[in-house]
Amino acid sequence: MLYILLIYLGLSFAIFLIPEKFKKYTAFIIAILQLSVFAYFFRFFPKISNGEKISLVKDWIPDLNLNFSFLLDGLSFLFVLLVTFIGFLVFLYAKAYMKGYSGTSRFYFYLTLFSGAMLGLVLSENMIQLFVFWELTSVLSFLLISFFNEKIASRKAAFQSLFVTGFGGLSLLAGLILLGSITDSYSITDWIQNSAIIKTDSKYLPALILILLGVFTKSAQFPFHFWLPGAMQAPTPVSSYLHSATMVKAGIFLLFRLNPVLGGTTEWTYIIPVIGVITMLTGSYLSITQKDLKAVLAYTTISALGVLVLLIGIDTKISIKAAFIFLFVHAFYKAALFMLAGFIDKKTGTRDIDSLGGLIFVMPIGFIVGSVALFSMAGIPPMLGFIGKELIYEAKVQSPGMGFLVLILGVASNIFMVIISLVLMSKAFFGQTKSNIKQLGLNEGLFLVGPIVLAMLSVGFGVFPDLLSNYIEPALQIVTGDSMQIKLKIGHGFNEVFFLSLFTVLSGIIVFYLLNKYPNLLYNWRSFNSKVFSIDFADLFSYGIASFNRFSENNTKLIQHGYHRYYILTIILFTTVLLWFQVYITRGWQSDMELTLRPLYITGLIAIIIISALYCAFAKSRLATIIAMGVTGYGISFIYLYYSAVDLAITQIIVETLTVVLFVLVLQKLPKFAILSRLRSRMRDAVIALAFGSVMTILALKAIDLEFNRPISDYYIENSYLKAYGKNVVNVILVDFRALDTLGEVTVLTIASLGVFVLLKSKKEKR
Amino acid sequence: MNSTILQISSRYLNIILLIASVFALIRGHNQPGGGFIGGLLASLSVIFNSLAYSPEEILKKLRIKPIQHIALGLILVLLSIIPSLLAHKPVMHGIWIKGSSAFLQSVKIGTPLLFDIGVFFTVIGVTLLFFFSLLIKK
Repeated sequence: MLYILLIYLGLSFAIFLIPEKFKKYTAFIIAILQLSVFAYFFRFFPKISNGEKISLVKDWIPDLNLNFSFLLDGLSFLFVLLVTFIGFLVFLYAKAYMKGYSGTSRFYFYLTLFSGAMLGLVLSENMIQLFVFWELTSVLSFLLISFFNEKIASRKAAFQSLFVTGFGGLSLLAGLILLGSITDSYSITDWIQNSAIIKTDSKYLPALILILLGVFTKSAQFPFHFWLPGAMQAPTPVSSYLHSATMVKAGIFLLFRLNPVLGGTTEWTYIIPVIGVITMLTGSYLSITQKDLKAVLAYTTISALGVLVLLIGIDTKISIKAAFIFLFVHAFYKAALFMLAGFIDKKTGTRDIDSLGGLIFVMPIGFIVGSVALFSMAGIPPMLGFIGKELIYEAKVQSPGMGFLVLILGVASNIFMVIISLVLMSKAFFGQTKSNIKQLGLNEGLFLVGPIVLAMLSVGFGVFPDLLSNYIEPALQIVTGDSMQIKLKIGHGFNEVFFLSLFTVLSGIIVFYLLNKYPNLLYNWRSFNSKVFSIDFADLFSYGIASFNRFSENNTKLIQHGYHRYYILTIILFTTVLLWFQVYITRGWQSDMELTLRPLYITGLIAIIIISALYCAFAKSRLATIIAMGVTGYGISFIYLYYSAVDLAITQIIVETLTVVLFVLVLQKLPKFAILSRLRSRMRDAVIALAFGSVMTILALKAIDLEFNRPISDYYIENSYLKAYGKNVVNVILVDFRALDTLGEVTVLTIASLGVFVLLKSKKEKR
Repeated sequence: MNSTILQISSRYLNIILLIASVFALIRGHNQPGGGFIGGLLASLSVIFNSLAYSPEEILKKLRIKPIQHIALGLILVLLSIIPSLLAHKPVMHGIWIKGSSAFLQSVKIGTPLLFDIGVFFTVIGVTLLFFFSLLIKK
């Protein structure tokens, strides 16, 4: 499995190497790759349906417990098939769609990489690894949305989606780490085994909420749904692949994955369905009032994602089953509809549903395929969508807790779905042809391959649902924990579910009829909507970002004022206060040291040092100050010598010399010495300096008192010659025992000197 | 500054300081000295020279510029790490060339010496970079 991912990675980069002549075959090559990967994984079906799990672990950094760990079980099998199969169709479609655009290599690069990342995501056994792929899909989604990067709307939408999903990704990571800290492992298998411990742990709720934030942002749940319609700025193959069939389903996948770990608790069955219901209703309601074909589809996608989240949240066997079926239902019809929408866009040059019409004569095949997909969306037999909807109703009827409310809202949402399906069909295909039709030549067939295959699947699985149930059973077993036979059939007899279905379709048709008869109704509805639901989440988001920027700008101005003297003042003051606090608590000034008198020449040296230091502070000329400082420094190096630290003394003398020389050089450039500061600020500085100096003195005195168990210096002295063949202990420590420290110091020196270099140069350039 | 005394004396001082710097570098392992002190001494020789003549002229005459000194030093430092990795020892473990010849007895050759030479060049580069960027106006 690792190799397959590597193939995706390698091939995605290889796209740039394809010579110009063969560029037009790029999409075909990738499509073939997708199909062969599909076939490769399909071979595992017998094993998977026996309930086997195929896992693969490759060491990466074993010391850190980081491994590449993959797991192919019923659940990931299902998603792998979905990703590769839809991927195959999308690349065929992209071949037709992307004709004539520049930068197609870049486009296929992103899209191939995305397929690989998505496969990696669903195959991951290690959850940190899953997170890495999760973020990769977010980043690639960003790059694909902003593919037409010369358009400001694309860039804005891309940024928005990245920001929202990135935020979700971060909280997902935090949640995963919390779970990891409970079980001390990041393997999903371990988590499932320890699910009882996890559920009773106090970190369960925060972890759940953090993970759900990740899921809800990725899968465009309310109130994070706004990025998905924005994402429609992407080329249509991307919309049909990432933003309806696969990437937005990553959140759903994670919910399935974590259901055995986190599911079944009260929190799970309340938080998730509530968000799901709200999303389901908002999405389907808002879809009716959209004018852009792709925006309509985006909102219905949001609604479908809401349904999936709701079903997983209800967390009964039947609801999980319904969720799986609906996953396929939606992937089939929505990918097909997006592809058709792109086709219509190319053909007519517009996506505004009010300016479309009469396309039944222009694209008869498109009409047939479109109506199949739309019927599936509306849940009309014999499409797979009908079975899906029946199951969903059944799940809702049987759902514990707030089943009744969920059912009513679900029916309402489905009625909207029926209406929008009928509206789309009538607006696009019937009535007058209003726009200029372009001839696209040979490509037209290629445009329709994907939708035709998907529509056939919608019908085929609708008529023979048992074919599908074979594939879903193993996945269901993974999620719910026990095996069950799935019987799928069209029509469950005349029970309440059937009547609900009938009611849904009939009310949808009635409302549609009314809308058709009184055309103003739809427009009034739209204007009513824009008045009542005037809160545009996307705008709200932009406003939030803008004000956050303002906030941090002001903040930065306050703290980073740019006055060097105050920075130093702050640092020293803060250190002094902290140190004095500590000294005060430990009564640090009490010391029982015995003071012994040193030889006269040392005492005299110290007197000279003190006098020159004082002179430094009060001197009226810079040159005098520098010379006095030099005296202090040389004096200190003599003290080193007295204590036989020759190395230190030499270094100190040379550094002192250099410092004096450099200072003198700098002096030439400075204006004449003058006292510009007021007496008050000078007094303040003196107080701070005294406080800091005295606390440092106390620290130095204290340092003599400290008794460690055994000074490490003894070790160095003993082993310097034995182990490092050197008699100069200082040097041996520098270059051998603690060479890593020296490496760090040398690097710091380099950076500092480069900093000085750049500072001085850049200032000169300004002048 | 145009002092003949300084110019003449810096010529001799230059040589003496450079020899002293190498001497300090090599003897550092057993007696006071080492790469840091050696580097400072070497850069002092250049600095005195540029004070006696003109910094622009001296910088032009330097075959290896300060930044290149830094790069050279850091490269040597990093090179000194590689043998320890090849020998499957902990990073920066000292590897020595062993032998009984008189030369190897007086000067121990091994990765720590290479490391010290790296420090030597880095210190030269850093000091000179400070110096020249303070002094030279462009």
